[in-house]
Amino acid sequence: MKKTRKLNKFTLTNIKAYGIVILAFIILYPMQSAGLISNSISGQLVPICTYIVMAISLNLTVGFLGELSLGHAGFMSVGAFTGVITAICLQNAVPAPALRLLIAIIAGGIFAGIAGLVIGIPVLRLRGDYLAIVTLAFGEIIKNIINCLYVGVDASGLHISMTNADALGMVNGQLILNGPQGAVGITKMASLTAGVILILFTLFVVLNFVNSKTGRAVTAIRDNRIAAESVGIGVTRYKLTAFIISAALAGMAGALYAMNFSTIAAKKFDFNTSILILVFVVLGGMGNIVGSIIATALLYMLPELLRGVADYRMLVYAIVLIAVMLATNSEKAKQLWERTSFKLKNNKEKERGEG
Amino acid sequence: MTFISNLINGISLGSVYAIIALGYTMVYGIAKMLNFAHGDVIMVGAYISFCATTYLNLPPVVSVLLAMAVCTVLGVVIEGLAYKPLRKASSLAVLITAIGVSYFLQNVALLIWGSAPKTFSSIVPLDSIALFGGKLIITVESIVTVVACILIMILLTLFTKKTRMGKGMRAVSEDKDAAELMGINVNVSISVTFAIGSALAAIAGVLLCSAYPVLVPTTGSMPGIKAFTAAVFGGIGSIPGAMVGGILLGIIEIFSKSYISTALSDAIVFAVLIVVLLVKPTGILGKKIMEKV
Repeated sequence: MKKTRKLNKFTLTNIKAYGIVILAFIILYPMQSAGLISNSISGQLVPICTYIVMAISLNLTVGFLGELSLGHAGFMSVGAFTGVITAICLQNAVPAPALRLLIAIIAGGIFAGIAGLVIGIPVLRLRGDYLAIVTLAFGEIIKNIINCLYVGVDASGLHISMTNADALGMVNGQLILNGPQGAVGITKMASLTAGVILILFTLFVVLNFVNSKTGRAVTAIRDNRIAAESVGIGVTRYKLTAFIISAALAGMAGALYAMNFSTIAAKKFDFNTSILILVFVVLGGMGNIVGSIIATALLYMLPELLRGVADYRMLVYAIVLIAVMLATNSEKAKQLWERTSFKLKNNKEKERGEG
Repeated sequence: MTFISNLINGISLGSVYAIIALGYTMVYGIAKMLNFAHGDVIMVGAYISFCATTYLNLPPVVSVLLAMAVCTVLGVVIEGLAYKPLRKASSLAVLITAIGVSYFLQNVALLIWGSAPKTFSSIVPLDSIALFGGKLIITVESIVTVVACILIMILLTLFTKKTRMGKGMRAVSEDKDAAELMGINVNVSISVTFAIGSALAAIAGVLLCSAYPVLVPTTGSMPGIKAFTAAVFGGIGSIPGAMVGGILLGIIEIFSKSYISTALSDAIVFAVLIVVLLVKPTGILGKKIMEKV
């Protein structure tokens, strides 16, 4: 009996998560093709999709693994630039844009996953705030290194330099990554459809991971590391698995994000971006995938919707953020909630008693 | 000579980091929260001092005192309105609220002072000192910064060790519930910590902008992050740790800028932090925390 109920809960979350995404797509896609959505919002659709993927993947680290990561944008950055380089290199070899986009996204995911492995091994030894600060440090290091990186491609292959564009020594080559100016000459290939497919893929990976044996081990480690260790769960291995999956998904999102612009610089993926994604996750509810999706969509659109108050929009955003946190987390608000729900319950019981 | 001049620059920059890091570390020690808005209090302090000298023509010392007063009030108000209701909430909720406060301060500054950078005039309008026949030039700002840092350090140590309030603060950071049972007013202790931290942030803001005179609403964020790393570097929650961490971080930053690469200096600073934390996971002077099952 208990087992079937649990299964139901799992399928219910699945239906909710996939359902929201598919429903949104069904509504938005015809509207976009018919030109019913204003240009400014239409341009935000792919970024929203990528940020939803970022939020879901960060939720895996923060919500299910229980470790605060302040450098998630770093993985996005690795994925974005790997994706751009792959896409430009394959321009002639793979003419179909959809296939090239797919390869670029996969490459972004693989490289970000490798970055996740390299960073995860030292980082996951630390705990709590120290882990948070080291992820922050890694995010900044990634940003800094990409800022100094010059990459170009010509007939003989890839050229990489850390000094300047002239040091690449290319013959009639194309400059891809130009240091602080970032990647240039990207062919825009991202579309709403690609974004939605990536979200569905992310949901598939994360939801199944969370409900797998490994996923349960990960949540056990979050709830009580020592207890989990004592029943024979290899903490490091499971933590690393979750961390790498999270990083790889972020890399895929990064690759898609980059393909939505013609130029992109590393400073886009800084500490503030990491924080922005963390805000989505926390407001949506840690460990709540559906919450992440809704919170990202709403919060990403909020500054856009507040265009009417132009100068004050980021201020309003900040106030909304503080107000929501106070309303959901403070002692007084909690007591108020309890009192109202208690009253409602009482009323219901009274009605039942009378009836 | 370049070595010595770099060393002096490093210590001077490090002193600024140390003063900011003190604010982080004290708040962390007592309220167990990462106050991300601290960096923006620095920016507010710098703007207040800028306005006082430029528009009101007040003498520099008065402008610093005014900035300290405004920031102290600001710090206490922020704590009372935004953090106090979340005393018992999860640390992540408090962190997000602090980020909200940080956005709020930056945007208010943007509305008041605009996004165009303001040129901050140094608070010590004296010429640099040339030694060894002009080979070694020491700016007066760097001397003032280092002296201020040492003074603050001594006063703060005396305050926490000798006064009733300071002892109370240490007790609260050790064990909040036990301190409350001993008759210490926890709320007042935390408010006083925020007040001191914010006043120090104002001083740091003025010193920082005297050395690097460009003032924009986001001036505080990068030094804020670096000072926070400095606090972790030295062992968060420890006052001498913040000092050691800050100065080491400043020296590493200036040395990597002049000897290795300007563009990669931040990466090197953070890489050193990571190495230190891996070798000594609670920072240089941090206490080892025993874990209970």
